[in-house]
Amino acid sequence: MTPLAAAANENLAQISNYLVYSSMAVYTLAFFAHIAEWTFGSRSKVARTAAALTGAEAASAPAVQVRGKGGATAVLDRPKVTTRSGAGTRDVPDGPGAAGGTVQGDLYGRIAVSLTALAFLVEAAGVVARAMSVERAPWGNMYEFSITFSTVAVGTYLALLALKKNVRWMGLILVTTVLLDLGIAVTWLYTDSDQLVPALHSYWLWIHVSTAIFCGAVFYLGAAGAVLYLFRDSYEAKLAGGGKPGRIASSVLERLPSAASLDKFSYRINAAVFPLWTFTIIAGAIWAGDAWGRYWGWDPKEVWSFVTWVAYACYLHARATAGWKGRKAAYLALFAFACWIWNYYGVNILLSGKHSYAGV
Amino acid sequence: MSTTDKASTEASHEPAESADPGDSAALGDAGAQLSTAPVEDRGPVGIGVIGWARWFWRQLTSMRVALILLFLLSLGAIPGSLVPQTNVDALKVAEWKDEHSSYVAVADALQLFDVYSSVWFSAIYLLLFISLIGCIIPRAWQFVGQLRGRPPGAPKRLDRLPAHTTWSTGKTPEEVLALAKSLLGERRFRTEAGTDHVAAEKGYLREAGNLIFHVSLIVMLVAFAWGQYFKSEGGKLVLRGSGFSNTLTQYDDFKPGTLFHPDDLPPFSFTLDRFDATYEMSGPQRGTPRDFKAYVTFRDGAHGAPQKREIQVNKPLEVDGSKIYLLGHGYAPIISVTDPTGKVIYKDAVPVLPQDGNLTSTGAIKVTDGYKDKDGKSEQLGFNAVFVPTFAGEGMGTMFSQFPAPLNPKLMLNAFHGSLGVDSGLPQNVYRLDTTKLVPFKDESGQQFKQKLAPGDTMTLPNGAGTVKFEGIERWATFSVTHQPGSGLALGGAIAAIAGLAGSLFIQRRRIWVRAVTGKDGVTVVEMAGLGRSESARLPEELADLAATLHQQAPSAPTAPAEPRVEETPEGERG
Ligand code: HEM
Repeated sequence: MTPLAAAANENLAQISNYLVYSSMAVYTLAFFAHIAEWTFGSRSKVARTAAALTGAEAASAPAVQVRGKGGATAVLDRPKVTTRSGAGTRDVPDGPGAAGGTVQGDLYGRIAVSLTALAFLVEAAGVVARAMSVERAPWGNMYEFSITFSTVAVGTYLALLALKKNVRWMGLILVTTVLLDLGIAVTWLYTDSDQLVPALHSYWLWIHVSTAIFCGAVFYLGAAGAVLYLFRDSYEAKLAGGGKPGRIASSVLERLPSAASLDKFSYRINAAVFPLWTFTIIAGAIWAGDAWGRYWGWDPKEVWSFVTWVAYACYLHARATAGWKGRKAAYLALFAFACWIWNYYGVNILLSGKHSYAGV
Repeated sequence: MSTTDKASTEASHEPAESADPGDSAALGDAGAQLSTAPVEDRGPVGIGVIGWARWFWRQLTSMRVALILLFLLSLGAIPGSLVPQTNVDALKVAEWKDEHSSYVAVADALQLFDVYSSVWFSAIYLLLFISLIGCIIPRAWQFVGQLRGRPPGAPKRLDRLPAHTTWSTGKTPEEVLALAKSLLGERRFRTEAGTDHVAAEKGYLREAGNLIFHVSLIVMLVAFAWGQYFKSEGGKLVLRGSGFSNTLTQYDDFKPGTLFHPDDLPPFSFTLDRFDATYEMSGPQRGTPRDFKAYVTFRDGAHGAPQKREIQVNKPLEVDGSKIYLLGHGYAPIISVTDPTGKVIYKDAVPVLPQDGNLTSTGAIKVTDGYKDKDGKSEQLGFNAVFVPTFAGEGMGTMFSQFPAPLNPKLMLNAFHGSLGVDSGLPQNVYRLDTTKLVPFKDESGQQFKQKLAPGDTMTLPNGAGTVKFEGIERWATFSVTHQPGSGLALGGAIAAIAGLAGSLFIQRRRIWVRAVTGKDGVTVVEMAGLGRSESARLPEELADLAATLHQQAPSAPTAPAEPRVEETPEGERG
């Protein structure tokens, strides 16, 4: 490498660092905007009345209007589809969201989402600059994994928002964890941009590592849904049993989607990513076959990928098994995600194996 | 509790919540067999051994036990990542045993050093696979039955289903049903006409995908087992300029599977022409390898034509089902030794083994024959060697290499004479000197005679015993030749597993019913309803879409009110 090119790369690496720091600043603003959203929302009476438990049969039939391509009059002519929730679920409507139906809360919520989108663009640019500075896929060490990881998680969240999915409730949690992830990345995991060891010189790096990061980021969204489901479920169970949850708990939980919606959200996310995770592991095995002369060697990283995979398979099974739906299944989902996180932080830092590369 | 999703409850006797007799009666057979998941069993039926055996079998093949076994499998895999494993790194196992001597007995008893071949781990996965086979076979039969079956008739009350819609139209019931049947047929539903309704079902691929996925798991296990029994794996260190031919005797070490036969080794040979290694020259990761490349001349078969090939870390050379991997590399100082008369009695490149990332290497030089001392007595010479490709410099106080490339190579030799003990019949480590029958050469002050040499340097042994010259440096690379049968099968299984999984998770099995009857006022009342597995989200959307299309063909009767029931949407859309 000529000194000139090296200097240019140093510059790009520097730019990447500035971008990542800037994105953290913007995420912080988004964090405060979300806090404002939740605060204004907590003053709303709308929230309380809307989320109050209603008699099962009465509220059981939220009508979905069938939208036609025609104008408003045509809509009136069209048949309406009534939906009912499935067996075993309480017929509780979704909460109104963090803003609690207040105009001001909603305004701050929108500001938060816009800031998150801005931060996402800045962070993504940081990842790209990093990739350009090292002239390879930006996934050679834990610092690079971490910045990509949060970029993908936020990107997925924004994509779901763009698809008009009801996910704004997770904005605050997501932004908080992204800040945490980036904080850890820049303080403890930071590694200067550099080249890769020979074992990583392979197109499998693009395939295997990118899907691994993607799966982790999206599994994270599923896990967040599962945690909130557990809280919201106990809240609903308490209300249904005639109990009275604490004031703060109610204020927060009543604005979340119903337990059934959260549970569904978490399941769909996890189920959608599971095949990709399966693929990631198989791609990893093929790469290991090329790089190390064996497909599977029970290296710590391999062990924990396997454990994570089996745990998610367990979760999917649990959903089809008597007595394991709902809370127990959610615990399994969280166990599976904990395995993923451990595989990332724990195994990389604490256990040594063939999967240890440049820096950490 | 408003309705029963029979599909999800039939596999799960959901207590209390689904106990709504009105609903179940209303649904009838309509929700039956939306999946082939086995029904949970309560207790042994009948008495005696057969009853219990059957109960045990049912338990083993139940979803609940499959779940427990899966969970155990994930827990059981964990210890192997925390305790070193013999087949991964035997050295680490030894270290661990030294550090945790008080636990060794327990760990050994629990087979913690061989978790993945331990009795208990094998028991878990074998039980799981028996369960899996026991589960798949009946499910496959059931599925075949379902494939040949027809969609079940409509339940009495369609408005009890998860998604429902209704309107009145001027068309006759017959017309509506005919339209519905062709519409559903166009959308690739399997349809069945009832007396006053059309029943339709779609998404059989979901079940097929699920079965394919589970069968693929078995295929993969079989492939792995096959590979374990018939595999072979051998290692060989090759000096630059030397060759290797694929026969058992040429390997430095060889690990065959239990059923491997030496005749299975494909005949080929190669010579190592050149080896290149590049390293990071600066920065915090100075010395980290960047690229390794071995250039070989390869001959396929006993008398194949020579071909130039390259082998890299990620790019093994594939021959006839075997793969040649580049594993490691190192240096071999070229040494020549003269006897007291000045005659060269030994000249060889002696591989030394790397001890750290900067290739500080150790080895031994053994002159076994041809040496006679000053008095003409036959003796053997031995040298302990430490080689550093990049020496820190005199007075830097370290004999550790500073960089892996030969920037400032130095060779440190300790000289011995006597018997090397190579004839004792015991296999000897070529990289280590057995000094039990050796006498060190002494310098004037009576210390062990040793010297540091740069390439080209010669050291003169005390008392005119001869000279040793460090002629230059040769390189070597280690190769591993593996033969892994069954990997093609495993790959096929893996691909089928992913495809099956995608089908199983992304395709919805669902049923749609359209009923058209003449209402009291003589206008036709159309009812449509859908039922899917409990997770179905798209069902209402699909039903809405179907309803909209059918509604175009059978529009609302102008006289009748467009929407008999006026419903409030509590808080916007759902579903
Ligand atoms: C080798 C271990 C196994 C693994 C890794 C595994 C994995 C999976 C996965 C990932 C799914 C989710 C796909 C879906 O929801 O459609 C699934 C579904 C299913 N598995 Fe397994 N499985 C295993 C063993 C078994 C066994 C032993 C049984 C039978 C007792 C079984 C019966 C089923 C059934 C019935 C479903 C479908 C559930 C439904 O219809 O939703 N599996 N399995």
